[in-house]
Formats: sequence, C-alpha cells, structure tokens
Amino acid sequence: MSKRTSKKKQWIRVDGRQYNELREVKIESGVLPNADGSAYIEMGRNKIICGVFGPREMHPKHMAKPNEAVLKCRYHMAPFSVDPRRSPAPSRRDQEITMVMRFALEPAVFLERYPRSSIDIYVEILEADGGTRCASINAASVALVDAGIPMKDLVSACAVGKIDDRLIVDLGDYEDKKGQSDLPLAYMPKLEKVTLLQMDGIMKTEEVEEAIKLAIDGCKQIYEIQREALKKKYGIDKTKMEEDTPDEDDAGDTTEVTEQ
Amino acid sequence: MSATFQNRELVIPGDIIYEGRIRTGENTYRNQDVVIATRLGLVNYVKDTVSVIALQGSFNPMVGDLVIGEVKDIELGEWVVDIGGQIEASLSIPDAVDQPYQSSFDMTRVLDIGDTIIAKVVDLDRRKTPILSILGSGLGKVNKGFLFRISPIKIPRLIGKKGSMINMIIKETGCRVVIGQNGLVLIDGSNREKEEIVIKVIEKVNQEAHISGLTNRVQEFLKKLKEEKN
Repeated sequence: MSKRTSKKKQWIRVDGRQYNELREVKIESGVLPNADGSAYIEMGRNKIICGVFGPREMHPKHMAKPNEAVLKCRYHMAPFSVDPRRSPAPSRRDQEITMVMRFALEPAVFLERYPRSSIDIYVEILEADGGTRCASINAASVALVDAGIPMKDLVSACAVGKIDDRLIVDLGDYEDKKGQSDLPLAYMPKLEKVTLLQMDGIMKTEEVEEAIKLAIDGCKQIYEIQREALKKKYGIDKTKMEEDTPDEDDAGDTTEVTEQ
Repeated sequence: MSATFQNRELVIPGDIIYEGRIRTGENTYRNQDVVIATRLGLVNYVKDTVSVIALQGSFNPMVGDLVIGEVKDIELGEWVVDIGGQIEASLSIPDAVDQPYQSSFDMTRVLDIGDTIIAKVVDLDRRKTPILSILGSGLGKVNKGFLFRISPIKIPRLIGKKGSMINMIIKETGCRVVIGQNGLVLIDGSNREKEEIVIKVIEKVNQEAHISGLTNRVQEFLKKLKEEKN
C-alpha cells in the first residue's frame, strides 16, 4: 500500500522501496554437497534452496525422449514456509509453478545434447514472502550452471505489479495480495529473449508494455547478482591456470600406472 | 574479429567470448557472428580456435576412455555396468571372456552383480550406449583397494601433462592408483597410512584444479604430509 507525505506528495511502497527498486537479493551457489549443482537464494524474506541432479538416467525409462533430455522440476513449499502451516502435499498451485518453471528454463538448456536422460531440478521454499516463482527460477538457473549443464544463457526472473494504479517492481507478499495486477517475467539477458510471461488481474495495454520494460530492467539487475554468485565460488577472476595444464587433446589419455 | 575476454578468464554461459569468424571449440556455440560460452569455465584462446575449459560437468563417455564401474544387472548375453554417465554401459560376453556367446554359459562365474570392474570404452552404439571391454592388460574385475570419487572434469588435472601429476603421487607414496575417466579413482597401497596420503592429495587436486602452479603445490603438500607421518 501507499503512503503520501503531505508536502512532496511522494509515493512510497509499504516497505519503503521506490517503485522500481528490487528487494535485497543474495545468491550462493554450490551449497549442497550431494547435489550435482545447487543454489540458495534470499530475495527479501524469501528463502529458497535448489538442487540439480543429472544429466542422469531417466526413471521411469519409458518416459525418456529418444532425441533429447527431459527437464524435470519440482517446486515445493515447506510446511513452515508460510503462516498458517501449509500441507506438505503438492497442491494445484505447486503443479502450476513446477510447469511454469520448466517452460521458463527449457529454452536456455541444450537438452538435445543428452538424449534418453533426465535433468532433475528440486526447489524447496523454506520461507515465502511473495514472488517465489521468480526467485525459484533465479536459483534454478544458477544451480543448473553450477551443475555444469550446457546452457545458452542464464535465466533471470522478476515480477511487476500494479497497486493504487501504479506499476511496481518485485512484489512482496502484501503487494501481491492487495494489488490489482501481477506480471511475472523470465528473461535471458544476453540473448534478450523472454522465456516466461504470465499475468493476473487487469492492466491497460500501455501499462503492460511499461510493465514488461520494468521487469526486463529488474531481470538485468538480478542477472548481475547471479553472475557474481557464480564467480564468487571460485574466488578468482583473472588467475591464470597452470602452464603445464593438459591441452584438450591430452585430456583424453588416461594412464594406468602401477608401481614396479 | 576480436576476443572479448582475456585468456583464461572466468566466463559464464551466455557470455560472448569472440566476435567474428573463428573455429568453435569445446563448450561453445556460434550464434550468427559471435561465439558464446555454454558452461562456466575458463576461456581458452588458441590460434584459430576458441574454447572454454569447464570447471563443472558430468562424464561424457568417449571411445578409448578407461573407466571404473559397478555391475548393476545381468541380461541375456550382457552385463549392465554403471559408469556414472547419463546412460548405463553394456559389456557383452565376447568382450569379457574372448569366446562367442553360448546359452549354457554361466555369466555369474565371470562377473556378478555388485562387482567392480576396470574397463575400456571400445565403442558407442547408435543410441550412444557405451560398449565396454575388459579384455586387455590391467582390465577386469577389481579384487582389492578402494574407490574414491572426484569430479570427472578434474581427471585431466589429476593425471597432469603426460601423467606428470599422477606419476609423482605414485612415486612418492608407492600406492597403485588407477584413474577412471568417469571420476572414480582406485587406490591400492601396502598400508592404510599411505592410502590416506593419496586421498588427501587427490582431494587437494579436486579443490584447487583451477588455480595455477598445481603440480608444485601438490609436491610441497606431499612432502609436508610425509614429514608429519615420520
């Protein structure tokens, strides 16, 4: 909701943000030792952990595609993630977000490189505060890169909403529930392609156009944070690799050496 | 026609690593006039090729790879072997015992479910299933030693150029070490302490594979470990 200060008539959001200001985003990659790739994201009060497994054998086998890998997603909210407690059984909403996440990530992954196998993404919402589907996509794309899965680009996601007839970026829980409209968008920043666009509520045509622009700006900000998170794990930027590192040709020769 | 990064700089999927015409190497793809990275890694510009040395990734079986795997199942005339790739490998009787298939042949006598084998990838069939063989010196069932798992992408670093790294480890510790391209390492030493040293060294290689001067650091690390033991 809004607050008007009498003198300047400045409009501020319920948590004191500007209309185009994101919540504080923190991303960490490689947090789960047993997963092939993982990421943890804090987006405002959202806390989400994501693990990626694969490419691995598809189970059940008859579901495997002969020409490409299958991207399997699971979006799940922990019972304690919201107040009041939520049933841990997958709900209709969970199923929808699972599907939406898959559609948002599929265009970025080279699935055709791994026929007959599956790539599994598990997203667990530990604490929810609005905009979990966008935060999940952000975490999942970092986790996919961390798993070493070949990708065309990272996927960043950000929502834009309408409240008091004004457009706002990155809705919190309150704004999501009390607002007039909500438009989540996932975007590949380097390829400049939109991979997900949903909308709830009512917006004018001009407002939708403006909202998409705002969302893309938000995605670009998140992209920079994702980049930093991936680089941070290696703690290096310009460190040179060892001079006698085997070239790509040498990499294939395995030597079995036994002590005489 | 120019490189957009410095050589050996960290790149992320989607980064444009070259503008213009050039041959695309590993972990890259071309999008019209630019070359883009597909994996997190260090960009490598060599003469007329641009590639990315991946820092993360799974095992992709290739013909000629030495692998260490576990027999998962016995089917008609073949063993199904888990070698950690995305597809399970198969080992048929002619590739295991050098004799043609006979229905009366008792396959469990050669290899049973749960056995660990050292094998070579001799072929990939048209569905990209790896075909293994255990005919050859050093191949076959593993009877002693234990297995240690590292990231398959770091195996070339553990071997070193022309085996420099692994030969040094073997020379210093006196253990038998077999490296499978799928990330499994078989360690077999005369006593537990020696094997422990090998594990510590392999762990260090796994963690610091991307930082320069690896061989020298590992050599010092080995010396330190040996002194501690004495």
